[in-house]
Amino acid sequence: MPETVALSRRTLLKAGALAGGGLMLSASMPMIAKAATAAGGTEATLNAYVSIAPDNTITIVARNPEIGQGIKTMLPMLIAEELDADWDQVRVTQADFNPQKYGFQFAGGSFSTPMNWMPMRQTGAAARRMLLAAAAERWGVAASSLRTEQGKVLDASGRSLTYGELASDAAKVAVPDPAKVQLKDAKDFKIIGRSIPGVDSARIVRGEPIFGVDTRLPGMKYAAFERAPTFGARLVSADVEAAKAVPGVEDAIVMKGGDNPELLVDGVAVIANNWWTANKAREKLSVQWDNGEWGSHSSAGYDKRAAELWAEPPQSELHKEGDVDAAFASAAKVLEAEYAYPFLAHVAMEPMNCTALCHEDGRIELWAPTQNPQAGAQGIAQQLGVAPDKIAIHITRMGGGFGRRLTNDYMVQAAAIAAKKPGTPIQLIWSRQDDIRSDFYRPAGWHRLRAALDANNKLIGFEDHFVTLSKNGQVPFEASMGATEFPARFVENVRYVQSTMETRIPTGALRAPQSNALSFVMQSFLDEVAHAQGRDLPALMLELFGDREPLPGTPGMGGMQNPGFSPPRAKGVIEKAMQMSNWSGGTPDGRAKGFGFYYSHLGYFAEVVEVSLGSRGEIQVHDVWVAGDVGSHIINPFGALNQVEGSIIDGIGQAVGLAVEIENGGAKPTNFHEYEIPRMPMTPRIHTEFVITDNPPTGMGEPALPPVIPALANALFKLTGKRVRKLPIDTSQLV
Amino acid sequence: MAYRVEINGEVRELDVPEDMPLLWALRNELGMVGTKFGCGVGLCGACTVHVDGVATRSCSLPVGTIGDKKVTTIEALGESPVGRALQQAWVDEDVMQCGYCQAGQLMNATALLARNPKPSSQQIDQAMAGNICRCACYTRIHDAIAMVAEKGTANA
Repeated sequence: MPETVALSRRTLLKAGALAGGGLMLSASMPMIAKAATAAGGTEATLNAYVSIAPDNTITIVARNPEIGQGIKTMLPMLIAEELDADWDQVRVTQADFNPQKYGFQFAGGSFSTPMNWMPMRQTGAAARRMLLAAAAERWGVAASSLRTEQGKVLDASGRSLTYGELASDAAKVAVPDPAKVQLKDAKDFKIIGRSIPGVDSARIVRGEPIFGVDTRLPGMKYAAFERAPTFGARLVSADVEAAKAVPGVEDAIVMKGGDNPELLVDGVAVIANNWWTANKAREKLSVQWDNGEWGSHSSAGYDKRAAELWAEPPQSELHKEGDVDAAFASAAKVLEAEYAYPFLAHVAMEPMNCTALCHEDGRIELWAPTQNPQAGAQGIAQQLGVAPDKIAIHITRMGGGFGRRLTNDYMVQAAAIAAKKPGTPIQLIWSRQDDIRSDFYRPAGWHRLRAALDANNKLIGFEDHFVTLSKNGQVPFEASMGATEFPARFVENVRYVQSTMETRIPTGALRAPQSNALSFVMQSFLDEVAHAQGRDLPALMLELFGDREPLPGTPGMGGMQNPGFSPPRAKGVIEKAMQMSNWSGGTPDGRAKGFGFYYSHLGYFAEVVEVSLGSRGEIQVHDVWVAGDVGSHIINPFGALNQVEGSIIDGIGQAVGLAVEIENGGAKPTNFHEYEIPRMPMTPRIHTEFVITDNPPTGMGEPALPPVIPALANALFKLTGKRVRKLPIDTSQLV
Repeated sequence: MAYRVEINGEVRELDVPEDMPLLWALRNELGMVGTKFGCGVGLCGACTVHVDGVATRSCSLPVGTIGDKKVTTIEALGESPVGRALQQAWVDEDVMQCGYCQAGQLMNATALLARNPKPSSQQIDQAMAGNICRCACYTRIHDAIAMVAEKGTANA
């Protein structure tokens, strides 16, 4: 595909000898990184390191952070495939943060697969060609007469040399042009497409230290951080003496921060020889806060303000095509509905934490579970006035991310505390209460929708007045809606307008940002349209897509050209989901099916949910059918299916019961009893099939989540005749 | 005061306040970090250990109340055939995503199979309901337990 070739032509390979013999190959791929979510527009490179040692081990450096998305296993698989290695000889090591050496180190946006698919394979293929050349020279034969298999070079007579035996010679071979090396024919893949367990799993089941919070350093102390329950509040005064007097407490320090929640906020750090002691001593603190104007903010207040804004002219226009006013004026039927969704927390299982050591010479060293180390380093530099080259970050495995660890406030906090105790490593840990109440939430949002149908029930007009949140007058990425949100470009007359309300509630990206909310709004309202037309949503969607060709591409991540939205691919998964779920067939008594489709992160997903209500009116999801198109290969089926199943359960959990209510300018839920993450007994049967199409593979971390929420809501409508227009679903409104 | 607690077959001295939860004695005093902190109030199961073979939330178990009961943590799980079989199934079936909750899941699953070697699907659901997996690997956790229950521990 053009976008990957364009990238791959710029791949630069460098070979060198490993200390102690062997081959070290580095691939450097300059690119322009435009990570919409977090990284900003920065120049970056994307580098790969592979080394082959004389003992025949192949070490591949995992550059990107691992949050459970499987990248630490999947990217090395691409290199190992083209290298024709035996997977058992591959070791994967986690890179430290080092943008000069490794380039762009980031986990988010499901970017890694499309960005790495070609360059990683080319790197492996180039290394393989160098090993072949080394063997050819050793044996005095033509390289073309040789073949490779499972980490060996073989000739026709049966002679063989291991890669380890050839590695030192291969380091002296001229490096091939990566764009010209022959890649394997897909039919010869032995590693791509194979279910391969995670490279860290064996250590994890033994309880070995591997996560950020497992970091242990000599002389390390533990810190807890007390901050205001109201966002944007400032510390007026604090009495820390009683806390300092608690046995085991070493210090309690008033920390003065600023207005930006992504950096240091005001608070008190309690440092002790045990985290439990530090956290418990917070009860002895006496802190006065000034909540300012933000202490009156609440979810109920935002709901009320949204309704007021709907009654006023919109503040801005996001998208317009055709003549919407004329369409509504001529409509035979007009549908109107108001949709809303709440703030959501990430609640990664490993609470936010970071270990920091301020060296006596002012260097700061961190052991950080972060999806975005670059932003963490920048934040620390900004907060503490330390030069970026004085900040070293060791990237640890993370107990979940879901987007929370794209924002690195906890790293800044740890560094700021450590800066007060030079020479002493400080491990800052947040309690679960801290984690839920100090998040960067999925923003709440409000939509007033209208649809116009003509006398033939054709959808001729579509309008959304979106009310969203702003910070200092700017709508953050996660609270915004793109101009091309479906059904824009597929209905003749469309207008998206927007009004905003100012907030200080911190917001950020949650898995499938924007899409996790917009899918519910748009696919539910389109289900209303379909119902008004006397048919079902898949029929409406298939009609809207019609025979349309793929839309033009758009500039994407890393200088890539993203392929444009493809109606044929969308239709492919819709038809597959209908067939898998026996959509047009019967459903057992007391149950109903609902449908949802969504395209996000370059992935096409259509999902069908079968639901019933239990004796106490509780929602019971029995089966979910998932049809996904993420391109030509499912690189690691283990990882891909895990991501689908996790996304489905995550989405159902959000729809059924999750909300962070804002009260007095702060978050109300305090722990898992007030923020009820799905548990095993509510797990439905999940049936997943991938529609394989001739497109470069794309990411799996996010796109399976969005459609399940409207699919569930639409199933509940079919079951009860009651529309779900507000999340989480209020089951008392369904009877 | 100092407490003497038998952990993984070894008597360990803990000079901690009596109300310090075992979790923090393990993680911060003994450097045994396999047992995980998730919620601190017994809601998520990440901190599950065995106390005399019973799955117990170490975040809510004061060190002063353990007495002469025997504590087993994830670090010693592989010493029991059931624990070893489950660890292997967890890897073979690629149960985990982030992996953070899995020590607690494994400890709870091992306790389940120790008291009920052939649980029904519903019994697995009920027994594991106290353990949150935020990545939602529930299908695989369930199936790995069922697989070990069916095959037994002969190959462990």
